Amino acid sequence: MCEQRKQEFTIVGRSERKVDGIALVTGKPKFVTDIDLSNMLYVKILHSPYAHARITEINTSRAESLPGVMCVLSSKNTPSTRYTTAGQGYPEPSPYDTRMFDTKVRFVGDRVAAVAAETEEIALQALKEIEVHYEELPPVLSVDAATALETAIIHDEKDASGIFDPARNISAKIDINVGDVTQGFAESDFIVETTCETQYAQHTPIEPHVVLSYLDEDGRLVLRTSTQVPFHVRRIVSYVLGIPLHRIRVIKPRIGGSFGVKQEVLLEDLAGLVTLRTDRPALIELTRQEEFVSTRTRHPMRIRVKLGAKRNGVLHAIEMEALSNTGAYGSHSLTVLSNVGSKTLPLYNKAKNVRFSGKAVYTNLPVAGAYRGYGATQGYYSLEVAMDELAGQLGLDPIELRRRNHIRCGESSPIFEEIGEGREGVAQTINSCELERCLEIGAKRIGWAKKRGSRTRNGSWVHGLGMSIHMQGSGIAQVDMGAATIKMNEDGSFNLLVGATDLGTGSDTILGQIAAEVLGVPLSKVIVYSSDTDFTPFDVGAYASSTTYVSGTAVKRAAEEVRGQIVEVAAAMLESDITSLAIKDEQVISIDGRSVTLAEACQRAMYQADQFQIGAMASCVQDQSPPPFMSSFAEVAVDTETGFVKIVDYVAVVDCGTVINPKMAQGQIEGALVNGIGYALSEVMLFSPTGRVQNATLFDYKILGALDIPPIDITLLDSYEPTGPMGAKSIAEIGINGPIPTIANAIYDAVGVRLTKTPFTPERVLSAIRSHST
Amino acid sequence: MRICLTVNGKKQELDSTPGDTLLHLLRRIGYKGVKKGCESGDCGACAVLLDGRVVNSCLVLAAKADGHCVTTVEGLAGQEKTGELHPVQEAFLEQGAVQCGYCSPGMMIAAVDLLAHNPNPTDQEIKEGISGNLCRCTGYVKQIEAIRIAAKKMRKSADV
Repeated sequence: MCEQRKQEFTIVGRSERKVDGIALVTGKPKFVTDIDLSNMLYVKILHSPYAHARITEINTSRAESLPGVMCVLSSKNTPSTRYTTAGQGYPEPSPYDTRMFDTKVRFVGDRVAAVAAETEEIALQALKEIEVHYEELPPVLSVDAATALETAIIHDEKDASGIFDPARNISAKIDINVGDVTQGFAESDFIVETTCETQYAQHTPIEPHVVLSYLDEDGRLVLRTSTQVPFHVRRIVSYVLGIPLHRIRVIKPRIGGSFGVKQEVLLEDLAGLVTLRTDRPALIELTRQEEFVSTRTRHPMRIRVKLGAKRNGVLHAIEMEALSNTGAYGSHSLTVLSNVGSKTLPLYNKAKNVRFSGKAVYTNLPVAGAYRGYGATQGYYSLEVAMDELAGQLGLDPIELRRRNHIRCGESSPIFEEIGEGREGVAQTINSCELERCLEIGAKRIGWAKKRGSRTRNGSWVHGLGMSIHMQGSGIAQVDMGAATIKMNEDGSFNLLVGATDLGTGSDTILGQIAAEVLGVPLSKVIVYSSDTDFTPFDVGAYASSTTYVSGTAVKRAAEEVRGQIVEVAAAMLESDITSLAIKDEQVISIDGRSVTLAEACQRAMYQADQFQIGAMASCVQDQSPPPFMSSFAEVAVDTETGFVKIVDYVAVVDCGTVINPKMAQGQIEGALVNGIGYALSEVMLFSPTGRVQNATLFDYKILGALDIPPIDITLLDSYEPTGPMGAKSIAEIGINGPIPTIANAIYDAVGVRLTKTPFTPERVLSAIRSHST
Repeated sequence: MRICLTVNGKKQELDSTPGDTLLHLLRRIGYKGVKKGCESGDCGACAVLLDGRVVNSCLVLAAKADGHCVTTVEGLAGQEKTGELHPVQEAFLEQGAVQCGYCSPGMMIAAVDLLAHNPNPTDQEIKEGISGNLCRCTGYVKQIEAIRIAAKKMRKSADV
C-alpha cells in the first residue's frame, strides 16, 4: 500500500514567486548575451551544403587575409579528438563519433569551418571566401535506406568508438527478454499489433544556442553559456581542446528555454578555442535558421507494439520493437532508444512475457538528441494506441483495460532492472502510485461516461474522446548525482549553492523552498546561486527529470545538517538540551518558551564563542527513480470535410508526489502538454530530396501560439513519495507523453480511423477518413 | 547617420547605420530586455512599443524610428525610486506566467498595448493580443490568466 503520510509544510506547497522573477519581468541583463565585453570577436560557422560528402580540399587563406578576420578554424588547425556532444555523465553512453571539424560532412548543416572577426558582417563575408572542395557521396536519407543491404556507410572513420555496427549504420542496439514472448502470444486469447511512426521535430527554445567565452584575469577560460549541463560542458571542452579542466570555468546565467536541446556541447568548444587562440572574448550566437538546421531534434521513430491478453483483459505478452533515426551522429542514440522501453513497459507489469528490441541507425539527416520525454514520448504513441485497439477487441472500456493492467504501489517490474541508461537498470518497487485516482478523476472531468462513443455531430464536425496513461522517471537511479552547499550569514540568511541547472523551470526557486522549509525561514532569506563550476558543487545538470528528486534531496540533506549545527549553537546559548529545541519562524525555540533568533546563533558562531562557519555540503545519488504518473484525456472535433482536428478539451491528472510549488508544477504540465499537442498536430521538419531542411523558420515550422491552445484542465493529486524530498517526485517531462496517443485515440473514437503517423495534419486525417470510407 | 530616439521617456541622439534594426540599436545602447529570438518577426521576443503601439523591433529599421518614442520592458515599471512594477509585470510574477523569461518582455509589451486599447478584453481577445508572441515554456495558460488579472486591477485603479 502507498504511504499516506501527511506532513505539514510552511514554505513547501506554496506558489512562491520565482526567486529570479523580478529581474526577469523587468528585463534585467540576466542572459548570456546581455553583458557587453570590450574587444569581443564574433564567430560565424560555415555549414555543409551537402548531406554526405568528403572534404577533399579546404582553402582558408582568402578568408584569413580579409581585414578584421582574426581566426579561421577548420579540420586543418583544430584537435582531431573524437568525442560525443551528448552532455551526459562520464563515461558517456553515446558513441565518440564527432570531431570539432571533420574531413567528412554527414548532414546539411554539419560544421565545415568557422571564422572569428571584429564584426558579424566581416565574419559572414569571410565565410564566403572559404574555398571548399567536396566529393559528394550517396546520401542516406531514411532509416530504410540506412539499413538496406547496399548502402553508403556514414561513419567509415577508423577512430570512432562506441558505435554498435558502423558498417551497417547502426549506432546502438538493444534486445531485452523477460519470460518468453512467443509462448506468451501462443497462450494469449487476444492479440493486437500496431506500428506508429513519429516525425522530425525541433525543441525551438525562444533563445537559440549562445555562448560567450573570455579569459579571466588569471588567464583561465570562462564560458558563459546557455546550457543544461555546465559540469559536463567543462569536462567535454577540457577533453576536446586538451586543456586542463581546472583552467575552465563554466557559468550558466538565465537561459531562454531548452527542453533537451541544450544538453549538448555544440558551441562551447569552438568559442573556447577562438578565445584561447586570439586572447579575446568570443561570441557565438546561432540564428533561428541555424538552430533548426544544425542543432538537435527529437529522434524520429517507427515503433511496432504487439500485445497479447487473456480473456479477462490481463496482458500476457508485450513485444515492442523500435527503429530510431539518430541522424548523422549518435548523440543520445542508445539512451533515448532504451527509454522507449524502460519508461513505458513497467507501466503494464502484469504481462509476464516481454520483449523489447530496437536499433538506432545513422542517416544523413539532422542530428537527434535529448528532447523532453526522451524516447518515452515516442514509445507511448504505439503502446497506448495498441491498448486502445486491444480494449476494442476485448469489448472493454479503455479505462477498465488500464485498470486491470497498470502497476500499483508495492509492485515492481523486471524492466526496471533489465533496462538502464546504456547499461543494466536498477530493480525498484513502486512506493507511490495514484493511477487509480488519475483515471477516476480524469474520466469524470472530461465527461467520459456520457460523451465517449457518442460521435456527436455538428455539421461536418464529429466529436470523439480518447485517453492514455503514462509514467516517466525521477532522475537516473545510481547514476545522477547532485550536491548542494548551504552557508549561513549573521543576519540569519543563507546562501544556497547548487550545481543544479535552472532552465527556466524554476528549480532555483523550489530548491530554495526546500531549504527554507528545513531551516524555518521565509524564502527571501535563502539566496540561491546555481550552476557555476567555480562556486557551486557538482550536479549532473537538468535532465531526466532529476532536479527535484535528486538535487532536491541534496538540498534537504545540506539544510538538515545546517539546522543541526544551528540547534547545537542555540543549545549552548540557552543552556538546554538539543532535543528540547526546535527551529521555527527564524528562531530556535526551547520547550520552556525561551528562544534565540537564527541571527543571534550565527553571530555567536561567527564572532563570539566556539567560532566556526555554520554550513554544510551534501550530495545525493538515489537508488531508485520513482515514476510520476499521469492520465491524459481529450475531447476532439474532427472536420470530416477538411480533416482538421480541433482539441475541444484536454484533461490531465498527475501524480508527482508532494507538489513543492503548485503554480510552477502546473506550468510544467501546461507547457509540456502544449508542446506535445504541437508535436501531435502541426510540428514537422520537412526535407528536400537532398536532405536540406525546408522549413527552418518559426513561420514555416508551426509551434502553437496562444490562439491554438485548447482549454486545459490540470489536477495535481495529493500524493507522497517516501524516498523523495518532502515526498516529491518529478514533473518536468511526463506531460509531453500524453497528447499524441490521447488525440490519436480520440480521433478514432470520432471517425473510426487509426492515425499511425504524426503529425495529424488535416491532409493526413482527411486521407485516412477517405480511405476508411471507401 | 544620427537619429533621435526617445526611449522610455529619455531623449537620445544615437549613431546608426543603414540596415541597422531597432532591435540591434536598442540592445547596443543597453536595453537588453529586448530579446532576439528569430529576427524575422515570427516570435515576438523583441516586441517594443513604438509611439504606444506594439511592433517587432527586429522588423523596424532604426532610421524609421527617428523622432519617435519607444517603450521597452525596462520602461514598464513606474518610477525607479518606488520600484513599483507595472500591473502586468506584477501579474506575470504572481501567476507563474514566467518560466525561462525570454519571451516575457515581448509578451508583456503586447499585453500592455492590448490593455491600453481594450481595458476589458475577453479571453479570446487576450489570445489575439499575444498571438504574435511565441512561448515554448508555459503553454500560455498562466500568461492569459495574468493578463486577465492585470486588466481587472488596472480597471479598478482607473475607477478610483
